[in-house]
Amino acid sequence: MVLIALALMALDHRFHQLQTLRSVLATVAYPLQLAVDAPIRVGSRILDSFSRHEQLVLENRLLRSDLMELRARQLRFDALQAENDRLRALLHTSAQATERVEITKLLAVDLDPFRQQIVINKGRLDGVYPGQPLINADGVIGQILTPNWTSSTALLISDPGHALPVIVARTGLRALAVGSGNPRRLNLRHVPPQEDIEEGDLLLTSGLGGRFPPDYPVARIVSVEHLPGQPFLVIAAEPLAALDRSREALLLWTDAPEAQPGVEERPDGPE
Amino acid sequence: MNPGMAMPVPVLLSLLAAFALTIVPLPGAISPARPEWVLLVLIYWGMAFPRRVGILVAFVSGLFLDVLQHQLLGQNALALAAAMFIVLQIYPRMRVYPLWQQAVVVAFLVGLTRFLNIWVQGAIGFPPGSSLYWIPILTSALLWPVVYHILRDARRRWLLHLT
Repeated sequence: MVLIALALMALDHRFHQLQTLRSVLATVAYPLQLAVDAPIRVGSRILDSFSRHEQLVLENRLLRSDLMELRARQLRFDALQAENDRLRALLHTSAQATERVEITKLLAVDLDPFRQQIVINKGRLDGVYPGQPLINADGVIGQILTPNWTSSTALLISDPGHALPVIVARTGLRALAVGSGNPRRLNLRHVPPQEDIEEGDLLLTSGLGGRFPPDYPVARIVSVEHLPGQPFLVIAAEPLAALDRSREALLLWTDAPEAQPGVEERPDGPE
Repeated sequence: MNPGMAMPVPVLLSLLAAFALTIVPLPGAISPARPEWVLLVLIYWGMAFPRRVGILVAFVSGLFLDVLQHQLLGQNALALAAAMFIVLQIYPRMRVYPLWQQAVVVAFLVGLTRFLNIWVQGAIGFPPGSSLYWIPILTSALLWPVVYHILRDARRRWLLHLT
Protein backbone atom coordinates (compact mmCIF):
# COMPACT_ATOMS: atom_id res chain seq x y z
CA MET A 1 0.00 0.00 0.00
CA VAL A 2 2.73 2.39 0.99
CA LEU A 3 4.59 1.62 -2.20
CA ILE A 4 1.46 2.13 -4.29
CA ALA A 5 0.82 5.45 -2.56
CA LEU A 6 4.37 6.63 -3.10
CA ALA A 7 4.27 5.53 -6.73
CA LEU A 8 0.98 7.35 -7.26
CA MET A 9 2.34 10.53 -5.76
CA ALA A 10 5.50 10.36 -7.83
CA LEU A 11 3.52 9.77 -11.01
CA ASP A 12 1.12 12.58 -10.23
CA HIS A 13 3.78 15.08 -9.32
CA ARG A 14 6.46 14.35 -11.88
CA PHE A 15 4.65 13.15 -14.94
CA HIS A 16 1.02 14.26 -14.64
CA GLN A 17 0.00 10.83 -15.86
CA LEU A 18 -2.99 10.47 -13.62
CA GLN A 19 -5.34 12.96 -15.19
CA THR A 20 -7.76 10.21 -16.20
CA LEU A 21 -7.85 8.59 -12.76
CA ARG A 22 -8.28 12.01 -11.19
CA SER A 23 -11.03 12.90 -13.62
CA VAL A 24 -12.90 9.67 -12.96
CA LEU A 25 -12.69 10.12 -9.20
CA ALA A 26 -13.58 13.79 -9.52
CA THR A 27 -16.66 12.91 -11.56
CA VAL A 28 -17.70 10.60 -8.73
CA ALA A 29 -17.01 13.40 -6.29
CA TYR A 30 -18.97 16.01 -8.23
CA PRO A 31 -22.47 14.98 -6.99
CA LEU A 32 -21.16 15.20 -3.44
CA GLN A 33 -19.82 18.67 -4.08
CA LEU A 34 -23.13 19.67 -5.62
CA ALA A 35 -24.99 18.24 -2.63
CA VAL A 36 -22.89 20.31 -0.25
CA ASP A 37 -23.27 23.37 -2.42
CA ALA A 38 -27.04 23.07 -2.94
CA PRO A 39 -28.36 24.03 0.53
CA ILE A 40 -26.16 27.11 0.57
CA ARG A 41 -27.34 28.12 -2.87
CA VAL A 42 -30.99 27.53 -1.97
CA GLY A 43 -30.46 29.53 1.21
CA SER A 44 -29.19 32.55 -0.65
CA ARG A 45 -32.03 32.23 -3.18
CA ILE A 46 -34.58 32.24 -0.35
CA LEU A 47 -32.92 35.33 1.07
CA ASP A 48 -33.19 36.89 -2.39
CA SER A 49 -36.88 36.15 -2.66
CA PHE A 50 -37.53 37.73 0.72
CA SER A 51 -35.64 40.91 -0.01
CA ARG A 52 -37.86 43.93 -0.02
CA HIS A 53 -39.57 45.32 -3.08
CA GLU A 54 -38.12 48.82 -2.81
CA GLN A 55 -34.69 47.33 -2.46
CA LEU A 56 -35.14 45.42 -5.68
CA VAL A 57 -36.44 48.48 -7.48
CA LEU A 58 -33.47 50.47 -6.25
CA GLU A 59 -31.06 47.77 -7.32
CA ASN A 60 -32.76 47.51 -10.68
CA ARG A 61 -32.45 51.24 -11.22
CA LEU A 62 -28.78 51.16 -10.31
CA LEU A 63 -28.15 48.29 -12.68
CA ARG A 64 -30.00 50.12 -15.45
CA SER A 65 -27.89 53.21 -15.09
CA ASP A 66 -24.77 51.08 -14.98
CA LEU A 67 -25.87 49.33 -18.14
CA MET A 68 -26.51 52.64 -19.90
CA GLU A 69 -23.10 53.90 -18.97
CA LEU A 70 -21.37 50.70 -20.04
CA ARG A 71 -23.27 50.67 -23.35
CA ALA A 72 -22.18 54.20 -24.04
CA ARG A 73 -18.61 53.22 -23.36
CA GLN A 74 -18.97 50.14 -25.49
CA LEU A 75 -19.95 52.36 -28.44
CA ARG A 76 -16.65 54.13 -28.23
CA PHE A 77 -14.84 50.89 -27.56
CA ASP A 78 -16.07 49.30 -30.80
CA ALA A 79 -14.94 52.30 -32.78
CA LEU A 80 -11.57 52.33 -31.05
CA GLN A 81 -11.16 48.62 -31.59
CA ALA A 82 -11.79 49.04 -35.31
CA GLU A 83 -9.35 51.91 -35.45
CA ASN A 84 -6.77 49.93 -33.52
CA ASP A 85 -7.11 46.97 -35.88
CA ARG A 86 -6.72 49.27 -38.88
CA LEU A 87 -3.61 50.90 -37.45
CA ARG A 88 -2.13 47.55 -36.55
CA ALA A 89 -2.80 46.34 -40.08
CA LEU A 90 -0.99 49.44 -41.38
CA LEU A 91 1.95 48.65 -39.13
CA HIS A 92 1.87 44.98 -40.16
CA THR A 93 1.81 43.81 -36.58
CA SER A 94 -0.28 40.86 -35.49
CA ALA A 95 -3.89 41.54 -34.73
CA GLN A 96 -4.88 41.37 -31.12
CA ALA A 97 -6.31 38.13 -29.88
CA THR A 98 -10.08 37.94 -29.92
CA GLU A 99 -11.65 36.89 -26.69
CA ARG A 100 -14.70 35.03 -25.58
CA VAL A 101 -16.01 34.79 -22.04
CA GLU A 102 -18.43 32.48 -20.32
CA ILE A 103 -19.91 32.80 -16.85
CA THR A 104 -19.20 30.00 -14.43
CA LYS A 105 -20.35 29.44 -10.88
CA LEU A 106 -18.05 28.74 -7.99
CA LEU A 107 -19.12 25.77 -5.92
CA ALA A 108 -19.28 26.51 -2.22
CA VAL A 109 -16.91 23.79 -1.13
CA ASP A 110 -13.76 24.12 0.91
CA LEU A 111 -10.52 22.64 -0.26
CA ASP A 112 -7.31 22.54 1.69
CA PRO A 113 -7.43 25.71 3.85
CA PHE A 114 -3.72 26.30 3.28
CA ARG A 115 -3.98 26.42 -0.49
CA GLN A 116 -5.96 29.01 -2.41
CA GLN A 117 -8.02 26.90 -4.76
CA ILE A 118 -11.62 26.89 -5.91
CA VAL A 119 -13.98 24.55 -7.75
CA ILE A 120 -16.07 25.79 -10.67
CA ASN A 121 -18.98 24.12 -12.38
CA LYS A 122 -17.57 23.98 -15.90
CA GLY A 123 -15.28 21.26 -17.13
CA ARG A 124 -13.64 19.75 -20.14
CA LEU A 125 -17.05 19.17 -21.73
CA ASP A 126 -17.45 22.95 -21.87
CA GLY A 127 -14.04 23.41 -23.44
CA VAL A 128 -12.10 24.32 -20.32
CA TYR A 129 -8.37 23.73 -20.65
CA PRO A 130 -5.49 23.79 -18.15
CA GLY A 131 -3.98 27.20 -17.63
CA GLN A 132 -7.12 28.97 -18.79
CA PRO A 133 -7.49 32.45 -17.25
CA LEU A 134 -10.32 33.07 -14.83
CA ILE A 135 -11.46 36.66 -14.27
CA ASN A 136 -14.41 38.51 -12.83
CA ALA A 137 -15.79 41.99 -13.33
CA ASP A 138 -13.07 43.53 -11.15
CA GLY A 139 -9.96 41.75 -12.28
CA VAL A 140 -8.02 38.54 -12.62
CA ILE A 141 -8.94 35.71 -10.24
CA GLY A 142 -6.73 32.82 -11.21
CA GLN A 143 -6.21 30.06 -13.69
CA ILE A 144 -7.52 26.57 -14.27
CA LEU A 145 -5.41 23.89 -12.65
CA THR A 146 -7.19 20.66 -13.57
CA PRO A 147 -10.24 20.46 -15.78
CA ASN A 148 -12.42 17.43 -15.03
CA TRP A 149 -15.41 16.40 -17.08
CA THR A 150 -18.00 18.62 -15.51
CA SER A 151 -16.09 20.66 -12.97
CA SER A 152 -12.62 22.11 -12.69
CA THR A 153 -10.21 23.10 -10.00
CA ALA A 154 -8.69 26.54 -10.32
CA LEU A 155 -5.70 28.11 -8.63
CA LEU A 156 -6.23 31.63 -7.31
CA ILE A 157 -3.59 34.27 -7.91
CA SER A 158 -3.17 34.48 -4.12
CA ASP A 159 -1.92 30.89 -3.83
CA PRO A 160 1.69 30.79 -2.64
CA GLY A 161 2.51 28.62 -5.67
CA HIS A 162 1.16 31.12 -8.17
CA ALA A 163 3.15 33.86 -9.85
CA LEU A 164 1.67 36.29 -12.34
CA PRO A 165 3.69 38.52 -14.65
CA VAL A 166 2.36 42.06 -14.29
CA ILE A 167 3.23 45.57 -15.36
CA VAL A 168 2.67 48.77 -13.45
CA ALA A 169 0.10 50.68 -15.49
CA ARG A 170 1.64 54.09 -14.76
CA THR A 171 5.25 53.36 -15.64
CA GLY A 172 5.27 50.09 -17.57
CA LEU A 173 7.59 48.53 -15.01
CA ARG A 174 7.50 44.73 -15.23
CA ALA A 175 7.25 42.64 -12.08
CA LEU A 176 6.13 39.29 -10.78
CA ALA A 177 3.09 39.16 -8.47
CA VAL A 178 3.43 36.12 -6.23
CA GLY A 179 0.58 34.86 -4.07
CA SER A 180 0.96 34.98 -0.32
CA GLY A 181 -1.67 32.51 0.86
CA ASN A 182 -3.80 35.44 2.01
CA PRO A 183 -6.62 36.24 -0.45
CA ARG A 184 -6.18 39.98 0.10
CA ARG A 185 -2.47 40.13 -0.49
CA LEU A 186 0.00 39.65 -3.32
CA ASN A 187 3.72 40.25 -3.08
CA LEU A 188 5.80 41.84 -5.80
CA ARG A 189 9.16 40.22 -6.08
CA HIS A 190 12.50 41.45 -7.33
CA VAL A 191 11.83 45.14 -7.75
CA PRO A 192 15.04 47.10 -7.11
CA PRO A 193 14.80 50.11 -4.76
CA GLN A 194 15.54 52.71 -7.46
CA GLU A 195 12.42 51.85 -9.46
CA ASP A 196 9.54 54.29 -9.63
CA ILE A 197 6.67 52.55 -7.92
CA GLU A 198 4.33 53.91 -5.30
CA GLU A 199 1.25 53.22 -3.26
CA GLY A 200 -1.95 53.19 -5.31
CA ASP A 201 -0.32 52.09 -8.56
CA LEU A 202 -2.46 49.81 -10.67
CA LEU A 203 -1.06 46.47 -11.80
CA LEU A 204 -2.13 44.96 -15.12
CA THR A 205 -1.35 41.56 -16.58
CA SER A 206 1.60 41.87 -18.91
CA GLY A 207 0.79 38.90 -21.09
CA LEU A 208 4.41 37.81 -20.90
CA GLY A 209 3.68 34.43 -19.38
CA GLY A 210 1.64 33.55 -22.44
CA ARG A 211 -1.31 32.42 -20.33
CA PHE A 212 -3.09 35.61 -19.46
CA PRO A 213 -3.97 38.11 -22.15
CA PRO A 214 -2.34 41.51 -21.53
CA ASP A 215 -3.94 44.53 -19.87
CA TYR A 216 -6.36 42.94 -17.46
CA PRO A 217 -6.37 44.68 -14.07
CA VAL A 218 -4.92 42.56 -11.29
CA ALA A 219 -4.20 44.49 -8.12
CA ARG A 220 -3.40 47.83 -6.56
CA ILE A 221 -0.23 48.51 -4.59
CA VAL A 222 -0.97 49.05 -0.91
CA SER A 223 2.50 49.43 0.52
CA VAL A 224 6.04 49.93 -0.69
CA GLU A 225 8.79 49.47 1.83
CA HIS A 226 12.52 49.68 1.56
CA LEU A 227 14.31 47.78 4.27
CA PRO A 228 17.91 48.93 4.43
CA GLY A 229 20.18 46.03 3.62
CA GLN A 230 17.64 44.26 1.46
CA PRO A 231 18.43 44.22 -2.26
CA PHE A 232 14.76 44.53 -3.31
CA LEU A 233 11.73 46.50 -2.25
CA VAL A 234 9.07 44.82 -0.13
CA ILE A 235 5.86 45.54 -2.03
CA ALA A 236 2.39 44.41 -1.11
CA ALA A 237 -0.61 44.66 -3.42
CA GLU A 238 -4.28 43.95 -2.90
CA PRO A 239 -6.12 42.04 -5.65
CA LEU A 240 -8.93 44.05 -7.21
CA ALA A 241 -11.22 41.04 -7.42
CA ALA A 242 -12.59 39.90 -4.07
CA LEU A 243 -11.02 36.45 -4.26
CA ASP A 244 -12.67 35.13 -1.13
CA ARG A 245 -16.14 36.54 -1.73
CA SER A 246 -17.14 36.03 -5.32
CA ARG A 247 -19.64 33.34 -6.29
CA GLU A 248 -19.28 33.81 -10.02
CA ALA A 249 -16.36 34.07 -12.36
CA LEU A 250 -15.74 34.46 -16.07
CA LEU A 251 -13.79 31.92 -18.05
CA LEU A 252 -11.75 33.53 -20.78
CA TRP A 253 -10.99 31.92 -24.11
CA THR A 254 -8.41 33.71 -26.15
CA ASP A 255 -8.22 32.72 -29.78
CA ALA A 256 -4.71 33.78 -30.54
CA PRO A 257 -4.38 34.76 -34.21
CA GLU A 258 -1.18 32.78 -34.60
CA ALA A 259 -0.83 29.47 -32.82
CA GLN A 260 2.12 29.08 -30.50
CA PRO A 261 3.47 25.61 -31.07
CA GLY A 262 5.76 24.04 -28.52
CA VAL A 263 4.25 25.80 -25.55
CA GLU A 264 4.33 23.08 -22.96
CA GLU A 265 1.36 23.26 -20.62
CA ARG A 266 2.28 22.28 -17.11
CA PRO A 267 -0.86 22.50 -15.04
CA ASP A 268 0.94 22.69 -11.70
CA GLY A 269 3.76 24.92 -12.67
CA PRO A 270 3.64 28.56 -11.72
CA GLU A 271 3.57 30.86 -14.68
CA MET B 1 -10.36 -8.15 4.61
CA ASN B 2 -12.92 -10.74 3.81
CA PRO B 3 -14.00 -10.12 0.23
CA GLY B 4 -17.22 -12.10 0.68
CA MET B 5 -18.67 -9.59 3.09
CA ALA B 6 -20.30 -6.46 1.73
CA MET B 7 -19.71 -3.13 3.40
CA PRO B 8 -22.43 -2.45 5.99
CA VAL B 9 -24.75 0.42 5.15
CA PRO B 10 -23.88 2.62 8.15
CA VAL B 11 -20.20 2.47 7.24
CA LEU B 12 -20.86 3.78 3.75
CA LEU B 13 -23.31 6.43 4.92
CA SER B 14 -21.03 7.70 7.66
CA LEU B 15 -18.08 7.86 5.28
CA LEU B 16 -20.19 9.82 2.82
CA ALA B 17 -21.22 12.21 5.60
CA ALA B 18 -17.58 12.56 6.61
CA PHE B 19 -16.60 13.49 3.07
CA ALA B 20 -19.41 16.05 2.92
CA LEU B 21 -18.35 17.55 6.26
CA THR B 22 -14.81 17.77 4.96
CA ILE B 23 -15.77 20.10 2.13
CA VAL B 24 -18.61 22.06 3.76
CA PRO B 25 -17.50 25.69 3.74
CA LEU B 26 -16.67 27.03 7.17
CA PRO B 27 -16.09 30.67 8.06
CA GLY B 28 -12.50 31.60 7.36
CA ALA B 29 -11.42 31.94 10.96
CA ILE B 30 -12.36 28.41 12.04
CA SER B 31 -11.75 26.70 8.74
CA PRO B 32 -8.21 25.55 9.65
CA ALA B 33 -9.64 23.90 12.77
CA ARG B 34 -11.83 21.50 10.80
CA PRO B 35 -11.49 18.03 12.36
CA GLU B 36 -10.33 15.13 10.24
CA TRP B 37 -13.81 13.67 9.85
CA VAL B 38 -12.88 10.89 7.48
CA LEU B 39 -10.11 9.65 9.74
CA LEU B 40 -12.38 9.75 12.81
CA VAL B 41 -15.01 7.67 11.05
CA LEU B 42 -12.41 5.26 9.73
CA ILE B 43 -10.91 4.81 13.20
CA TYR B 44 -14.29 3.92 14.66
CA TRP B 45 -15.16 1.37 12.00
CA GLY B 46 -11.64 -0.01 12.05
CA MET B 47 -12.14 -0.65 15.75
CA ALA B 48 -15.60 -2.11 15.28
CA PHE B 49 -15.10 -4.21 12.14
CA PRO B 50 -11.36 -4.71 11.74
CA ARG B 51 -11.96 -7.53 9.25
CA ARG B 52 -14.11 -5.48 6.92
CA VAL B 53 -12.85 -1.94 7.26
CA GLY B 54 -9.17 -2.30 6.74
CA ILE B 55 -6.27 -0.71 5.03
CA LEU B 56 -7.80 -0.99 1.56
CA VAL B 57 -10.89 0.96 2.61
CA ALA B 58 -8.69 3.60 4.21
CA PHE B 59 -6.56 3.79 1.08
CA VAL B 60 -9.52 4.26 -1.26
CA SER B 61 -11.09 6.85 1.07
CA GLY B 62 -7.77 8.65 1.06
CA LEU B 63 -7.66 8.72 -2.74
CA PHE B 64 -11.16 10.15 -2.80
CA LEU B 65 -10.14 12.75 -0.23
CA ASP B 66 -7.13 13.69 -2.36
CA VAL B 67 -9.40 14.40 -5.30
CA LEU B 68 -11.91 16.32 -3.17
CA GLN B 69 -9.22 18.52 -1.66
CA HIS B 70 -7.19 18.59 -4.84
CA GLN B 71 -4.00 17.35 -3.33
CA LEU B 72 -1.39 15.06 -4.76
CA LEU B 73 -3.04 11.74 -5.55
CA GLY B 74 -1.97 9.25 -2.90
CA GLN B 75 -1.07 11.75 -0.21
CA ASN B 76 -4.07 11.22 2.03
CA ALA B 77 -4.26 7.61 0.88
CA LEU B 78 -0.82 6.99 2.35
CA ALA B 79 -1.62 8.82 5.58
CA LEU B 80 -4.98 7.15 6.16
CA ALA B 81 -3.64 3.70 5.30
CA ALA B 82 -0.80 4.18 7.78
CA ALA B 83 -3.22 5.31 10.49
CA MET B 84 -5.48 2.36 9.75
CA PHE B 85 -2.55 -0.02 9.99
CA ILE B 86 -1.94 1.20 13.54
CA VAL B 87 -5.64 0.95 14.39
CA LEU B 88 -5.64 -2.66 13.23
CA GLN B 89 -2.67 -3.41 15.48
CA ILE B 90 -4.17 -1.94 18.63
CA TYR B 91 -7.96 -2.26 18.24
CA PRO B 92 -8.42 -4.90 21.00
CA ARG B 93 -6.81 -2.54 23.47
CA MET B 94 -8.59 0.54 22.15
CA ARG B 95 -12.00 -1.07 22.61
CA VAL B 96 -11.54 -1.32 26.38
CA TYR B 97 -10.00 2.12 26.84
CA PRO B 98 -12.18 4.79 28.43
CA LEU B 99 -13.25 7.48 25.97
CA TRP B 100 -10.69 10.08 27.03
CA GLN B 101 -7.90 7.59 26.56
CA GLN B 102 -9.24 6.71 23.12
CA ALA B 103 -9.23 10.43 22.36
CA VAL B 104 -5.54 10.55 23.18
CA VAL B 105 -4.87 7.73 20.73
CA VAL B 106 -7.02 9.55 18.16
CA ALA B 107 -4.99 12.70 18.66
CA PHE B 108 -1.86 10.66 18.08
CA LEU B 109 -3.27 9.17 14.87
CA VAL B 110 -4.45 12.55 13.56
CA GLY B 111 -1.02 13.93 14.34
CA LEU B 112 0.54 11.08 12.39
CA THR B 113 -1.58 11.75 9.28
CA ARG B 114 -0.95 15.48 9.53
CA PHE B 115 2.74 14.77 9.80
CA LEU B 116 2.75 12.48 6.76
CA ASN B 117 0.77 15.08 4.82
CA ILE B 118 3.05 17.98 5.68
CA TRP B 119 6.02 15.80 4.84
CA VAL B 120 4.69 15.11 1.36
CA GLN B 121 3.70 18.74 0.83
CA GLY B 122 7.13 19.85 1.96
CA ALA B 123 8.70 17.40 -0.48
CA ILE B 124 6.82 18.94 -3.41
CA GLY B 125 7.47 22.47 -2.22
CA PHE B 126 4.22 23.76 -0.71
CA PRO B 127 4.46 23.31 3.04
CA PRO B 128 1.63 25.10 4.89
CA GLY B 129 3.53 27.81 6.63
CA SER B 130 1.34 28.24 9.65
CA SER B 131 1.21 26.51 13.02
CA LEU B 132 -2.60 26.51 12.62
CA TYR B 133 -1.95 23.39 10.58
CA TRP B 134 -1.77 21.35 13.79
CA ILE B 135 -5.05 22.57 15.33
CA PRO B 136 -7.14 19.66 13.89
CA ILE B 137 -5.26 17.32 16.24
CA LEU B 138 -6.96 19.06 19.15
CA THR B 139 -10.40 19.50 17.57
CA SER B 140 -10.46 15.92 16.30
CA ALA B 141 -9.64 14.56 19.75
CA LEU B 142 -12.28 16.80 21.36
CA LEU B 143 -14.94 15.64 18.89
CA TRP B 144 -14.01 11.99 19.16
CA PRO B 145 -16.57 11.23 21.95
CA VAL B 146 -19.34 12.73 19.81
CA VAL B 147 -18.36 10.73 16.74
CA TYR B 148 -17.99 7.63 18.89
CA HIS B 149 -21.49 7.88 20.33
CA ILE B 150 -23.17 8.67 17.01
CA LEU B 151 -21.49 5.80 15.21
CA ARG B 152 -22.05 3.36 18.08
CA ASP B 153 -25.75 4.20 18.13
CA ALA B 154 -25.90 3.76 14.38
CA ARG B 155 -24.19 0.41 14.65
CA ARG B 156 -26.61 -0.77 17.34
CA ARG B 157 -29.62 0.41 15.42
CA TRP B 158 -28.51 -1.67 12.46
CA LEU B 159 -27.92 -4.55 14.89
CA LEU B 160 -24.37 -5.05 13.83
CA HIS B 161 -22.19 -6.80 16.34
CA LEU B 162 -18.53 -6.21 16.83
CA THR B 163 -16.57 -8.65 14.79
